[in-house]
Amino acid sequence: MKCKGKIWKFGDNIDTDAIIPARYLTSSDSEALAAHCMEDADPDFVNKMSVGDIIVAGENFGCGSSREHAPIAIKAAGISCVIAKSFARIFYRNAFNIGLPIFESKDLWDKVSSGQEIEVDGDNGSIRITDTCIAPLHINPIPPFMQELIQDGGLMKHLAKKRV
Amino acid sequence: MTITEKILCKHTDLEEVHPGMLINAKVDIALGNDITAPIAIKEFRKAGGVRVFDRDKVVLVPDHFTPNKDIDSAQQCKFMRDFVREQGISHYYEVGVAGIEHALLPEQGVVLPGDLVIGADSHTCTYGALGAFATGVGSTDLAAAMMTGEVWFRVPETIKIVFHGTLQKWVSGKDLILYIIGLIGVDGARYKAMEFTGETVIQLGMADRLTIANMVIEAGAKNGIFIPDDITKAYVQEKAKRPYTFYTSDPDAAYAAVIDIDVGKIEPQVAFPHIPSNVRGISQAGNVKIDQILIGSCTNGRIEDLRVAAGILKGRKAAPYVRLIVVPATQEIYKMAMKEGLIEIFINANAVISPPTCGACLGGHMGVLANGEKAVSTTNRNFIGRMGHPGSEVYLASPAVAAASAVLGRIAGPEALSGVRE
Repeated sequence: MKCKGKIWKFGDNIDTDAIIPARYLTSSDSEALAAHCMEDADPDFVNKMSVGDIIVAGENFGCGSSREHAPIAIKAAGISCVIAKSFARIFYRNAFNIGLPIFESKDLWDKVSSGQEIEVDGDNGSIRITDTCIAPLHINPIPPFMQELIQDGGLMKHLAKKRV
Repeated sequence: MTITEKILCKHTDLEEVHPGMLINAKVDIALGNDITAPIAIKEFRKAGGVRVFDRDKVVLVPDHFTPNKDIDSAQQCKFMRDFVREQGISHYYEVGVAGIEHALLPEQGVVLPGDLVIGADSHTCTYGALGAFATGVGSTDLAAAMMTGEVWFRVPETIKIVFHGTLQKWVSGKDLILYIIGLIGVDGARYKAMEFTGETVIQLGMADRLTIANMVIEAGAKNGIFIPDDITKAYVQEKAKRPYTFYTSDPDAAYAAVIDIDVGKIEPQVAFPHIPSNVRGISQAGNVKIDQILIGSCTNGRIEDLRVAAGILKGRKAAPYVRLIVVPATQEIYKMAMKEGLIEIFINANAVISPPTCGACLGGHMGVLANGEKAVSTTNRNFIGRMGHPGSEVYLASPAVAAASAVLGRIAGPEALSGVRE
């Protein structure tokens, strides 16, 4: 899995209310949710971002409510992956379950600013900051079971495969 | 093994589990609500689901945007209700019968000690108060559980919280959990179980325990749990309609950390905006003027909470320009509050009584905040925009602090009320 895109930086403890405020949970339509992605963290985010861009965040990204609408909104907005120092537990499960690529890196956040371009190679576990001579950064390995989920295309497809 | 490990183990074919192991566990209850279930139902169908694994073990509660706040909410509720009818789901609670899910399920004996419960709602961890393993998941995990009756888990490490000493007057379960979140931070227990124990636990009734377990997610925990005892037994024995099991931690169980807390040093706590760990003692709250008070929610909408609030509000009134909203968490609680005269006390205090709903807690309806407004709320989250406009502010506190603040129009504890009558 490889992604290349411009980054948008966010801080620690970005909660799912900030990712998709509850006032929009009257719908579960992914496009409707995408229109408000990250709204309470950055009201102008969906207008500024481009498809393929990457969110880079601090610790505990996706804390709070279990709403799966949060990773759905990010994925449907066209964000190619999220890289955080760490993820809240339910968001971590949800992202894999719906097929939003996420990676943990403790080092990236301090080395980049919003607008820079990075290249992520999920297969060999590295991040390269485009147009710099900084050595590729290390991504925390994805647990084997989660890799299986991604390969199968999410939890429901994984279960369907197991049942056959 | 710890109590968490034992319950997880008992729901697999394994002899023993230990932290870090990946397991497939059988669920006793799989819960969804009007916001999370529609996605789960769509995923269930997309994956070829025809019948849920057990119609007595899937629980669906319309409680978030109910009574339907607008057409879209009505459509979501209808979508869920149609599924309930089609599948013959036995635990469905319609508006008028229902209540806030995490107050309702323990009250109705739907969740019991020793159960393994998952819910597509992060506050599913509330049921750990009964000595159950209960954790929040997303809608796709709920869909998988509805289909297979199983869910995968990584067995968590456990942090043991040991309470010592005697609670000060006006200090409740809410203050203890706010204090702990302030101490360890919003990711202090990330991926971990929190086990609450120590000699002070016998001073905590089931309502306080439910409040504490409810908010462990605000420290990032997977689950929070109390070892069941006589208080648990008294609570569940009249409610249970099926067998249940009391588990306990082994004396040689391994813990990731042990945190000792002298509760005697804790005063009523307030979490300032915009994160639940931004906690101060009431004596350090300063002079914060408020616009709205909310007493209710899955955290603090139980009858015990309403009794405390009514005790303070009796013969007093909310300060001018302060909107006081009281939300009994279930119909049963509402009835008890009427019988005990609490509703009359609230109305005489110029409170508005809302039907049971999660509404205002998550800025849905029944008490949304405007730009720049400040609320003291007995709920569980004070993130930016949580209860309305992104420019509003939420201060989390106990029912006692909320009631006193309503009277004074500023954040204050009940001690500040001495001599204040209407």
